[in-house]
Amino acid sequence: MTLAAVNRLIIYAAKKAVRMAALLVMVSLITFGLISASPIDPLQANAGQAAGSMSQEQLDRLAEYWGVDEPPVKRYINWAGDVLKGDMGTSLLYRRPVTEVISQKLFNSLFLLVISWLVSGVLGVFLGILAALYRGRLADRLIRGYALLTASTPAFWLALLLLLVFSVWLKLFPIGLSVPIGMEAAQVTAADRLRHAFLPALTLSITGISGTALHTREKMIDCLESDYVLFARARGESRWEIVRRHGLRNVLLPAITLQFASISEIIGGSVVVEQVFSYPGLGQAAVTAGTGSDVPLLMGITMITALVVFGGNFAADILYGIIDPRMRRGGEAVEEQ
Amino acid sequence: MKNNKQRQAAVFFSAALLFLAMVTAAGVLCREAALETDFSRKNLAPCREYWFGTDCMGRDMFARTLAGLSMSIRIGLCTAGVSACLALLLGVAAAVMGKAADRVISFLIDTIMGIPHLLLLILISYALGKGFLGVAAGVALTHWPSLTRVIRGEVLQLKNSEFYQISRKLGWGRGQAAARHMLPHLVPQFTVGLILMFPHAILHESSITFLGFGLSAKQPAIGVILSESMRYLITGQWWLALFPGIMLVITVLLFDRAGNALRGLLEPMENREGVYG
Repeated sequence: MTLAAVNRLIIYAAKKAVRMAALLVMVSLITFGLISASPIDPLQANAGQAAGSMSQEQLDRLAEYWGVDEPPVKRYINWAGDVLKGDMGTSLLYRRPVTEVISQKLFNSLFLLVISWLVSGVLGVFLGILAALYRGRLADRLIRGYALLTASTPAFWLALLLLLVFSVWLKLFPIGLSVPIGMEAAQVTAADRLRHAFLPALTLSITGISGTALHTREKMIDCLESDYVLFARARGESRWEIVRRHGLRNVLLPAITLQFASISEIIGGSVVVEQVFSYPGLGQAAVTAGTGSDVPLLMGITMITALVVFGGNFAADILYGIIDPRMRRGGEAVEEQ
Repeated sequence: MKNNKQRQAAVFFSAALLFLAMVTAAGVLCREAALETDFSRKNLAPCREYWFGTDCMGRDMFARTLAGLSMSIRIGLCTAGVSACLALLLGVAAAVMGKAADRVISFLIDTIMGIPHLLLLILISYALGKGFLGVAAGVALTHWPSLTRVIRGEVLQLKNSEFYQISRKLGWGRGQAAARHMLPHLVPQFTVGLILMFPHAILHESSITFLGFGLSAKQPAIGVILSESMRYLITGQWWLALFPGIMLVITVLLFDRAGNALRGLLEPMENREGVYG
């Protein structure tokens, strides 16, 4: 890469970063607007639930923090100022700083999300290529049927089915929680963690494959019908050589981009799946925060997930910029002008 | 004139719509039966009389499933309709109202896409105090982005097409040219987009209800049924989860396939890429 191309990439990245920041502000505005518009009074809802255990002093402090008597615009500015200082407030349900709750839940969820994200990505590309190679034949039909079926299956029902089969009938996996009940954190082994995350991760992987697989199939078919593949076949390259030399290069980049863009869907799926398996991750915390009117936590979770989603899109954009030779050539063309 | 594939698609499309209409109607008629409790027949496994079994309060699960599906389909129709109209408005606005409007709308789309869909539904449901209004507004307000992009792209392409440009040069007004030369191209896109939005709307409505933010637990909604079934999985009442879920998948799948069949009929060129390409 020439210096000009690097420069161009940096400018490109900076532009994307600015847009991402603007989008985050917009997300915070929308979220704040929605939560402010709610007829549910978080203080009332929570004081009602935990009336005995909350002192008047605590209530006053919460009322002051959320500025119950202040106009929404001022409240938003207060909140945004605190967030920039790294303070997202105190969770009403967990009685701990929101940042602390989120980082713990996010750690649990990440374990789940990363595994299923990788598995669904790799399997999606593999199945997509397979379907394209055997286009119209049995393998293709099975893979397309699978993609169609899983795209129409709600993640929570699939989770229920897996729970029914593997936990209730076969008793292979525990029914819930990310660690065995009554065990201290230090005693939990990696094997325990894996055992409890297996079914949720499986659910998310199964539903996550279809988009990538169908997309890869289309791209691969385009590629196999191209002139250069025809020429390669004429040269006597085998099917496998064609896939490795010509196919993969064309297919991987869009697949990776799509996979980065699907982070939002996987997180959305994790919300219901964690609920079914009572896996204590970010998704479950979001549901708890929503039902329990834990406004600071709900705000915090929305911002963090939006950050992760935009981060994924940003990574995809940058990756595209680095890997796609057209981008580099574009840079050199600018240099020549 | 019609080739075989087109006829197949047309038959399939009509059959799917007929089936879904029947489910919807049956669900409305079953509403009474779905709420009827009878403790003399509780916890029955599927049998000839009760196809989907009964639950712990002796309610017939077949009637409950139909009522729930019917409710989901009706909510899906209304919300997807609203969402598609929003998409049409915003898509056309983005394409014809200049750069600034385009930027604002695409920014809005990116923002909506940035919040995981279910989380956004939870937020909107929370904003409207949960319940029916929350879930209906949530589903209606969050499904427009992808169709908006499609319509924006289509209008931009049409604006640059020769037949549109020429008709404008011949002195046709903006509205007249748009009605004569753009609308016929937009209607199929819009219809297919609308039908393909149903499955998403239904899935999201049932998911958000399942999480407890949507319809109240008293309604025989599919999300409520499946959420209740979770408590009885351990005690072995598998039919409470299995059959309603299968019916939901079939419904979603049929809407999806019907939409694709219609697309095949309305955009035959794209469907025949294998023949021409």
